[in-house]
Amino acid sequence: MGEENKVILHGMWASPFSKRVELALRLKGVPFEYKEEDLRNKSSQLLHYNPVYKKVTVLVHNGRPIAESSLIILEYIDETWKNSLQLLPEDPYKRAKVRFWTSFIEQQLFQTMITVIKTDGEAQEKAIKEVLEKLEMLEEGMKEFFPDRNPSIDSENLGLLDLVFFSSFGLHKVREEVLGIQIIDPEKTPLLFSWVKAINQLPLVKELTPPHDKLVAFLKFIRECSQVFFNLV
Amino acid sequence: MEDEVVLLDLWASPFAIRVKIALEEKGIKYECKQEDLFNKSHLLLEMNPIHKKIPVLIHNGKPISESLIIVQYIDQVWNHKSPLLPSDPYQRSQALFWADYIDKKIYGIGRRIWMGKEDQEEAKEELIQTFKTIERELGDKLYFGGESIGYVDVALVPFTSWFYTYETCANCGIEAACPKLIAWAKRCKENESVSKALTDPLEIYGYLLQLKKRLELQ
Repeated sequence: MGEENKVILHGMWASPFSKRVELALRLKGVPFEYKEEDLRNKSSQLLHYNPVYKKVTVLVHNGRPIAESSLIILEYIDETWKNSLQLLPEDPYKRAKVRFWTSFIEQQLFQTMITVIKTDGEAQEKAIKEVLEKLEMLEEGMKEFFPDRNPSIDSENLGLLDLVFFSSFGLHKVREEVLGIQIIDPEKTPLLFSWVKAINQLPLVKELTPPHDKLVAFLKFIRECSQVFFNLV
Repeated sequence: MEDEVVLLDLWASPFAIRVKIALEEKGIKYECKQEDLFNKSHLLLEMNPIHKKIPVLIHNGKPISESLIIVQYIDQVWNHKSPLLPSDPYQRSQALFWADYIDKKIYGIGRRIWMGKEDQEEAKEELIQTFKTIERELGDKLYFGGESIGYVDVALVPFTSWFYTYETCANCGIEAACPKLIAWAKRCKENESVSKALTDPLEIYGYLLQLKKRLELQ
């Protein structure tokens, strides 16, 4: 057996970007090798495969690298391994809507969430306010995707939007504990609350999620010592 | 049934130009509605309530926003001619990567140049490095898309009208640093879809000077 269909994921256990690629590969049933990268001492392979950003997460398929930047790896996986689980809808308009909202979550919400994690005091308060406002916008927007307001997720119907939302807010409880604030409020954003709960209950997601305590400790560590974590993942 | 295609536009926007080039490449007839960023129309606010920004494409009453998402949409719907994205998943992922890189870098860095504040020198360095990285990706190809214009060409070429502004504001030396990119820009203009849509560099310069004044007053 040669290089045929060899898939390697260069990732980091606490990176939400790595995690969602892992999840996508498992959902699609794609066999792969996982390589944990040490952010302080990146492998020469990683630097070779991602010379532009020098970051995890990188997928290498038959020796060719795809760096994760705005969901590119997830789309690649969807197009390369076409099976019953489709991450993106076929219909162009629905596809455009999914892309719009995943871009919103990724670029608007998640980036502001990073600011909340990295800052304190006034800067943090401002960022928290922004995140909460944007979460309410997302709540409104998602009503179209979940018309009965009851997200029913299983491993057969998970899509790109679920994966992106999960990677951005799946661990909201960890953040809420460390930061002492409520991020996904069941009263203000009931749809988002039930959505994230439904995803977190999937057996595969439970399996891939690191233990709560480990994540809490890691988040505390990032806040205290390493302002640069989010530049590395 | 005739397709109804409307573009909510701002003549100077490089993002709107991307959409215009894509529409021209596909031979799609469309209506262009000019917006005023300081006085947005009800239609814009209704069609893009989240970001309230142009460009917005309205296809048979349904709105699509974000320039690259629009270009991908156009490419998928009107797939009868001029494919912009490669069909091979790997090539496609590379095209998406580079367009995203352009999106992340050029406008933001460029803005720091024409706003002319303390970070202008630093922005100038970053801009040149960014162009050099992009030029390396072009290599010896005629276009990023290969033999003909593709997704990455569409993403980048509108910014070539802004080179004059970057040079005039900060003496960037783009031509000296990236001659292949300049040659590519000239080659792109030989395509009607591009030459029709591109703005005049001097007009852009004038526009940005005005915009800068207005932003400083706010």
